[in-house]
Amino acid sequence: MTIPLPAGSVNPWAAVGMIAAIVLASTTGEVLTAAAMKSIGDLDEIRARAGMRGAIRAVITCPLFFAGVGFLALAFFSLLFALNHLDLSLVAPAAASLTLVTNAVAGKLFLHENVDRRRWTAAALVCVGVYLLAH
Amino acid sequence: MKHQLTPHQWMILGLVALCAPLGDTCLSRGMTHLAPISLAHPATLIGAVFTPWIATGIALLIGFFASYLTALSWADLTFVLPATAFGNVIVALLSKFWLHEPVSLERWAGIVLITVGVGFVAHGPALTERPPQAIAGLPSPMEEERVS
Repeated sequence: MTIPLPAGSVNPWAAVGMIAAIVLASTTGEVLTAAAMKSIGDLDEIRARAGMRGAIRAVITCPLFFAGVGFLALAFFSLLFALNHLDLSLVAPAAASLTLVTNAVAGKLFLHENVDRRRWTAAALVCVGVYLLAH
Repeated sequence: MKHQLTPHQWMILGLVALCAPLGDTCLSRGMTHLAPISLAHPATLIGAVFTPWIATGIALLIGFFASYLTALSWADLTFVLPATAFGNVIVALLSKFWLHEPVSLERWAGIVLITVGVGFVAHGPALTERPPQAIAGLPSPMEEERVS
């Protein structure tokens, strides 16, 4: 797939594909990273007990963390690519608001977080709010 | 037990909220000044990393990531993410009162919705209660007993 498109003349499906790539990679990365950080424990407590080196060691010796960072890096380069073809005012809010919803679903399914009515409402309000900010 | 955050933890969430949109803005400024990049030449994306605006954006995003990881170690993902969206409100307020840019009625409505949404989450517990073994797909002690 080659999309040699200057900003402003992008095929809508290509734009959807670019934003979907960011959202999917970002959600996977964030869920893996959150699972890694929960398995490591409170970083502030680790830093107080073992210093900054101990905290860094705790993070970089967790394989799940690197899996998460890999997907977040993929999301980052997808973002750079999208920003090269689309406006920030479209990419940033669209990706941010969609990621909020997909993360709420993934948080409940994979991290077993207590996504109660309060958090669903917050995700919906923030999602619409981010959309409105972009217009 | 209801998990409530300390002032230090709120400060970490503030850094998460501030660094991400500022970093994204720097990336946008840097990338729009480059020639269009084709997927046929992905190596040019690597070269873009060393331009000043992109490098500044990356530095801010590293600050964001460090604060984000710290926040995720003591709060749920579904608690931290709405808080990060508050950064959009900070940027909109900065553009209104510092850069004197016009802020439309829709944007004010967006600011109100995000603020209310973040307020909703902030009043709830930051972390889902669970035994430590239940995290990251590890079996709980009860499940281990059942297996053995």
